Amino acid sequence: MSIYFTEEHEWIRVDGETATVGVTDYAQGQLGDVVFVELPEIGKVIDKGGEAAVVESVKAASEVYAPVSGEVIEVNGALEDDPALVNSAAEDEGWFLKLTLSDKAELDGLMDGTAYKAFVKDL
Amino acid sequence: MADDQELEALPLDALHRELGAKMVPFAGYEMPIQYPDGIIAEHLWTRKSAGLFDVSHMGQIEIRGKNAGPALEALMPGDFIGLKEGRLRYSLLLDDNGGVLDDLMVTRRADHFYLVVNGAVKKADIAHLTRHLPQSIDIIERSDLALLALQGPKAAAVLENLGAEVGLITFMRGSEVRLRGTEIWISRSGYTGEDGFEISLPAEKAAGFAKLLLKDKAVKPVGLGARDSLRMEAGLPLYGHDLSPMSTPVEAGLTFAISKRRKMEGGYAGVDRIDRQIKDGTKVRRVGLKLDGKLPAREGAPVFVGDRKTGVVTSGGFAPSVGAPIAMAYVAAEDAGDGAALEIEVRGKRLAASVVPMPFVPHNYVRGKAA
Repeated sequence: MSIYFTEEHEWIRVDGETATVGVTDYAQGQLGDVVFVELPEIGKVIDKGGEAAVVESVKAASEVYAPVSGEVIEVNGALEDDPALVNSAAEDEGWFLKLTLSDKAELDGLMDGTAYKAFVKDL
Repeated sequence: MADDQELEALPLDALHRELGAKMVPFAGYEMPIQYPDGIIAEHLWTRKSAGLFDVSHMGQIEIRGKNAGPALEALMPGDFIGLKEGRLRYSLLLDDNGGVLDDLMVTRRADHFYLVVNGAVKKADIAHLTRHLPQSIDIIERSDLALLALQGPKAAAVLENLGAEVGLITFMRGSEVRLRGTEIWISRSGYTGEDGFEISLPAEKAAGFAKLLLKDKAVKPVGLGARDSLRMEAGLPLYGHDLSPMSTPVEAGLTFAISKRRKMEGGYAGVDRIDRQIKDGTKVRRVGLKLDGKLPAREGAPVFVGDRKTGVVTSGGFAPSVGAPIAMAYVAAEDAGDGAALEIEVRGKRLAASVVPMPFVPHNYVRGKAA
């Protein structure tokens, strides 16, 4: 199992063909208090760069784009009752969705945890 | 605001950063949108204790000269001739068509009128006043002053603990108060629906005074984000969003700002259209909307009755004290009655909403005896 990070502040935890996707702790800090997360339908096929979710904070709505392509096989139902999980546990219980990866080569070139940490530090 | 425009720093800039504020551009200034506690916590704190807001971006203007009262009455529908010293009046700067150029507070002081106007339009307001007031009237922008707001049920006790006598300053009154050797102007007014005060003081004294207030455990700093959610719950319009030259006071539900004598006598900008609207009604009205579900609707979202578009959301978001999304919208008058069932479109989805009376959260003003 390995974890990848994007410059758009998403994390992708890959376990075999399955990828769990969420936003990073840095991202939740920028978003502020999350009050609603709109998640895709199960079965939806998302292309890399396509809209995967919308995060509504008190201030504004922000789109989350798919960091990799794949078919949505599960979404985090806990966010419906408790969207603030994105704030309190962004990289853990605040996950957004699970995908079946359609092209593992898309993971090439993404950052690992160390590289992402350095990336955020320079922002 | 264009990105390349030079942003100004508020007098409290260093303090905001020290307190960990997230700064954003607003009305030409770098302003704190939130502190580390976050918008929801800051909002709820203001409703139960006391929040300190830096609103120094707002314009503070003195109008001086003989007959300044009648001169202001030509531009606004308030009764300023009859306004007693130390009293505030909420008013509206109107264009000749009755469109709203700004909403503002007008206070009569001993020898002048004191105006507090919206930061984003203060230059335009001053230009408008300069163009339309007689030459004999002086318009003085007091950019040497800062403006703080202390809002919430514990605000009065906080000021009293510092030695300020505020008991006689009831809602919509103001007075000069000497506090720790500094003359400051305190009015009981604000933009949250709570009891509270707005405090005008020399910019160079503002940081010291803010720190003094923050020493009280009842006080926490509150940013623009919570200011917006608090005013929305209080049903108070935000200029540039819920108010603009496209809307009249009658359409905006602000007919109360047209003083009784002015309704009878007229004589203000836009009076013909406004009189007609008071008599015949308007095509559209500003309403409060409560949404079903948790998904908020934002400014610009269209509002429908069935297939018919009836209006547009002008402010909307999650309301922390209501625990649900709320919105303000302009809708067709026939759809504006309390309880009317409407739908708001957000990203292709229709959200059920109903028209509710505003405020969404009751006002907690401390009113004096009518006099």
